[in-house]
Amino acid sequence: MLAPETTALASFRSVSYASAGDRLLSDIELTIARQGITTIMGPNGAGKSTLLRLLAGLLRPTSGTLTWHRPAGTGQIETAFVFQRPVILRRTVSANIRHAISPLKLPDAQASRRVDAALSDCSLEHLRDAPGRRLSGGEQQRLAMARALARQPDVLLLDEPTASLDPAATNAIEQIALACADKATKVVLVTHDAGQARRLSNDVIFLNAGRAVEHSPAAAFFNQPLSQPARDYLAGRITITDT
Amino acid sequence: MKLLVALICILPLVATGAAAQDRFIILQSTTSTANSGLLDYLAPKFKDKTGIDLRVVAVGTGQALKNARNGDGDVLLVHAKQREEKFVADGFGTKRHDVMYNDFVIVGPDDDPADIAGVYDITVALKKISAAKSPFVSRGDESGTHITERGLWKLAGIDAAADSGTWYRETGSGMGATLNIATGMRAYTLTDRATWIAFANKPDFRIMVEGDKRLFNQYGIILVNQQRHPHVKAAEGQAFIDWLISPEGQLAISAYKRDGQQLFFPNAN
Amino acid sequence: MSEATQALYLAVELVISMDAGLVEIVLLSLQVSLLAVAVACAIGLPLGALLGIARFRGRRLLISINNALMGLPPVVVGLAVYLMLSRSGPFGVFGLLYTPTAMIIAQTLLVLPIVAALSRQTIEDLNAEYDEYLRSLDMRLAGRLKTLLWDGRASLATAAIAGLGRAIAEVGAVIIVGGNIDHVTRVMTTAIALETSKGDLALALALGLVLVTIALALNAAVEILRAGAERKLHAGA
Repeated sequence: MLAPETTALASFRSVSYASAGDRLLSDIELTIARQGITTIMGPNGAGKSTLLRLLAGLLRPTSGTLTWHRPAGTGQIETAFVFQRPVILRRTVSANIRHAISPLKLPDAQASRRVDAALSDCSLEHLRDAPGRRLSGGEQQRLAMARALARQPDVLLLDEPTASLDPAATNAIEQIALACADKATKVVLVTHDAGQARRLSNDVIFLNAGRAVEHSPAAAFFNQPLSQPARDYLAGRITITDT
Repeated sequence: MKLLVALICILPLVATGAAAQDRFIILQSTTSTANSGLLDYLAPKFKDKTGIDLRVVAVGTGQALKNARNGDGDVLLVHAKQREEKFVADGFGTKRHDVMYNDFVIVGPDDDPADIAGVYDITVALKKISAAKSPFVSRGDESGTHITERGLWKLAGIDAAADSGTWYRETGSGMGATLNIATGMRAYTLTDRATWIAFANKPDFRIMVEGDKRLFNQYGIILVNQQRHPHVKAAEGQAFIDWLISPEGQLAISAYKRDGQQLFFPNAN
Repeated sequence: MSEATQALYLAVELVISMDAGLVEIVLLSLQVSLLAVAVACAIGLPLGALLGIARFRGRRLLISINNALMGLPPVVVGLAVYLMLSRSGPFGVFGLLYTPTAMIIAQTLLVLPIVAALSRQTIEDLNAEYDEYLRSLDMRLAGRLKTLLWDGRASLATAAIAGLGRAIAEVGAVIIVGGNIDHVTRVMTTAIALETSKGDLALALALGLVLVTIALALNAAVEILRAGAERKLHAGA
């Protein structure tokens, strides 16, 4: 394990989360590194999206603590979330982006520059004035990425962003995510797509039945998964666990 | 959004537009004087003379008295003498003047089921209606006409209200609405002659009873007491009263005709 | 000639001749009702939106009251406003009774529950859709309200139109607080009531036809504006 004081961005200590009596996450012990792309994998219902929502602050742990490690002298760590099915506002593409950064209360000129940069980063310039809801699925997800990037977050949280996209659109999203990670923005990705995880990940967290059963560097995880559930999952076998 | 802002900007205009024209009085009056067109005829003449705008609120006498009691009017022109005198006695009005009169008539369908056409004595006519249980429509709204009608039933010794809902039907509406109902259900009703003459919707309907001196309909005018309601425009209101009971105003009343018939007869003293 | 055909002739004649009296009352009707709707929207949209997204004790009760108020008879509103604005009432000193302002106040109260209830429903549904995204943006209440009101604009315009329909068609409230004074507070509906009471049913019906036509034109105008806005939004695509 890496030393948390220097390279850790966030750590989970005995974190559990329950909703309406259902235990969705149990005793999570994890450290998220400051750099690179961390991928969360696992079968349906394993708690992947719940873990990502805890990072986003959309949910709070029922017990245990999630700690963010800020280098001295920096402000609060900002996250941006991209949902599997993005909520596109009923306005133009550029207005969607501008709306996403409106809580930051930037001066007008600066906000405009951010919108332009986000449009360019996500190849949406030609759709700037198109109504967001008329875009194709892939364009909508690029718009969701653009909105997230315009916020210039410390952490970009992607919840199965390509689950319903075709290969070309998937590739576009992946390129944006990689470019983001190159610019030292932390990316945490939830995906079902093992190929995508191989292409993007620096490290992989494997969840099963609400528990973090494995956290390894990507190469190690895909070559020699340590846990039985991960082996089953990568081999395409269904495992049923009583919880 | 812009539309909304623009509209809100007009709001003060509407408000001030009404206030800027300060030379006006509010006349609480009855539907008979308004619906017959008399006040529409008098208002411009009065305005030419004094520059004062006459704003007429036409309701039943009972409602007009109530509104005036609340101070929502400067002058009262109604037709229920006892109540007018009480209004003055209670301190809500300064002085009551006789202005004009016309008369009430009983109108009914041509086939005349109670056989009252040409009966001179109003109490006999009412007794026949009640005996035949022919439909009779009453205003039932505390208006001057309604008050008169109740008095006439009493004179005839009939408790018509006891049969309310059977042949005796109370509409609780104005004269016009009541006439529409009467012609609709082919019923008799009591109306002032002016409203009847001016009324347009009267197929196969005609005057059945008229001329009995007990059908006399006196109109009175009263200035609302400024001591009771300080905002009352006493000077302008008095100007209207003075004009209406002057020879000029009285002449104007007698000059107003509909279908060649004079509707009101001036009798200020 | 039957009353109905006579009315149709009269209506056409009134409109074609731009009868001065008719123009006056039509303009006043529009001015009063549009202003009432504008004020009702300015208050009712944020209020309805707040009721749609806030969670507090008694919210259900407030929503029920709001819904019930939609069915309030105009006469009751007129009477209540009369009692407030009467010289003997608490606001009598302003001398607003029998002015267009009094009519605007009464119609605003009539329209407000409709605008609030319909916008509450719209915003509540939209909020369910947007909630998680807006929370991920760390959007505060004011920003959330603004977002939802703007994105719900199409449905909210319909709410405003529904309110306008109620305002421009009602007679019970304006006749009490306006007094149906010629050239001052006479509007379409009170003129119709007056002509009916004079027994001039054809003229009353003709005025009714003109009123329906105007209501139709207003609806069409809003529809065209909306379609225009949509086209503009799509032009860049």
